[in-house]
Amino acid sequence: MRPAVVVTGISGNLGRTLAKLLHKHERIIGIDRRPFVGRPKDVEMYELDLRKKKAEDVFRKNEVRAVIHMGIMHDPRMSEEEHHSFNVVGTTRLLEYCAKYGVKKVVVLSSANVYGPSPDNSNFLTEDAPLMAASRFSGVRDLIEVDMLAHGFFWKHPQIETVILRPVHIVGPTIKNAPSNYLRLRHPWMMAGFDPMIQLIHVEDVARAMVAALRPEPKGVYNVVGPGEVPLSAVMRELGNSPVPVPHLVARPLLGMLFKYRIANFPPPELDHIQFLCAVDGSRWVQDVAWKPHHSMRETIRAVQGE
Amino acid sequence: MLERLGDRVKKGLREWTDRLANDEQKQRMLALPRPENEYGVDPFGYNLDFSLSAVAPFLWLYRNYFRVETFGIEKVPAGRVLLVSNHSGQLPLDGAMIGVSLMLEASPPRAMRSMVEKWVPSLPYVSTFMARMGQIVGTPENCRRLLESDEAILVFPEGLRGINKLWPQRYQLQEFGLGFMRLALETRTPIVPVAVVGAEEQAPALMDLKPVAKLLGFPSFPVTPTGLPFPLPTKYRIYYGDPMHFTGRPDDEDSELDKKVRTVKASIQSMLHQGLKERRGVFW
Repeated sequence: MRPAVVVTGISGNLGRTLAKLLHKHERIIGIDRRPFVGRPKDVEMYELDLRKKKAEDVFRKNEVRAVIHMGIMHDPRMSEEEHHSFNVVGTTRLLEYCAKYGVKKVVVLSSANVYGPSPDNSNFLTEDAPLMAASRFSGVRDLIEVDMLAHGFFWKHPQIETVILRPVHIVGPTIKNAPSNYLRLRHPWMMAGFDPMIQLIHVEDVARAMVAALRPEPKGVYNVVGPGEVPLSAVMRELGNSPVPVPHLVARPLLGMLFKYRIANFPPPELDHIQFLCAVDGSRWVQDVAWKPHHSMRETIRAVQGE
Repeated sequence: MLERLGDRVKKGLREWTDRLANDEQKQRMLALPRPENEYGVDPFGYNLDFSLSAVAPFLWLYRNYFRVETFGIEKVPAGRVLLVSNHSGQLPLDGAMIGVSLMLEASPPRAMRSMVEKWVPSLPYVSTFMARMGQIVGTPENCRRLLESDEAILVFPEGLRGINKLWPQRYQLQEFGLGFMRLALETRTPIVPVAVVGAEEQAPALMDLKPVAKLLGFPSFPVTPTGLPFPLPTKYRIYYGDPMHFTGRPDDEDSELDKKVRTVKASIQSMLHQGLKERRGVFW
């Protein structure tokens, strides 16, 4: 049988998009705790948790040529302990198997959020900028840890081509992450007097980026940028939202209350993203794989609403 | 509704800009480069139309209030350039006036970028205003990026030490930072020394109420004879010096860089002396 590409977190929106793109050219083995709805027949599926011993069987029984790791969870309502264990222990195990069974290529999906929004950020952060997100928002600590684990793996195993992708805010018709949910609100808050530049990327472009990462050239850490940057207010206008300006001094305690009583689903530190800059420089990725997103800025913004 | 009001204000200001500028200056403003995407901004958030509207009050200050005179603006070279100036006056109007002079009087006209303090992005409205005007947070990475795309950048190496100084220290250059010299060496950028005469007297600060400043999160809280640091209509004279080219290692020791910085400082200081000698008074 052909050597396979293992994809973790395949049952999510991004995973399904990737599977659709890749299954015609590659033999795919999916790993996820959730069932894969609408799975193409040629995708082999293992419904299991990466932390379980059984996950190793996937590597023992199959020749795996590459791994794409997206099985990272970010749910502010989940207990921090479970969150941390799933993300960090899961990634550690997976990387162990990659080293043990001689996988040639490892692609880890991180996020440009690891840098964290801050008033003293440079306008475009390069890959060597420090990962400061947790200094203001401890909820993203394990995402940074996953990124660092992959980073350490990259240095420890020079014979394995490790690629860490840090895409900007992913949006798409079915995506349910914080940026997409926020932009889907009819009357989203904006911080009065703040209008930071925002970078969005279409979910299909992220899937294409992960396919591109399977090529032999890219190695190391890459910021992945979509069609560019726009002010948040321009995104709102494009979507026809009527934002509510809220003074920033009031917004944090107010959102804290709303979050506590489950009226809002955004933890207060997320407000930093609509107040300060967290934009990245994607030129390294552009250079190494001749990257060009398929979706224009307008299409990317509109993708939030679906067809 | 708020949006429509904003658009009306913008349109009114734009008409004001057009009234204030003569035909030649209007041509120059139209000749400014437009680096924008379909949403009207460049990657840094700069918007030319916003700038041309928002510049109206500064244009008025430039022509009617401070009655700015410039000397030697033709020395500003095309391409990347670091403008290094003295900084004073409690409010950074010296920066704004240098910017207006480059827009109206330089050939070709330049949309200057300046490096703003790191606390600016944490201020509501000010942060957005600055970004749309093309002003950028003063990190070395930002500066490098802009110089590599051949922009004109204004730096105040005295920083807050300059703008917040008190009345007895007027026209005495404070300690210069070395960062601009490192960047100039690294990106091979010519330095044009700039001296602003007049701003130093616009808001004579008698004392700095540090505890109040700390309470408000401001870098300083100056007390002037008028109470607030409201600028008086002093006459501005802006002197542009000859471009200076430096060579050497950008990662050299501070003492080596300091020597180079001192030549820039000396050049600014001598232009300041010249300007003070040439003028007849503070207000005319």
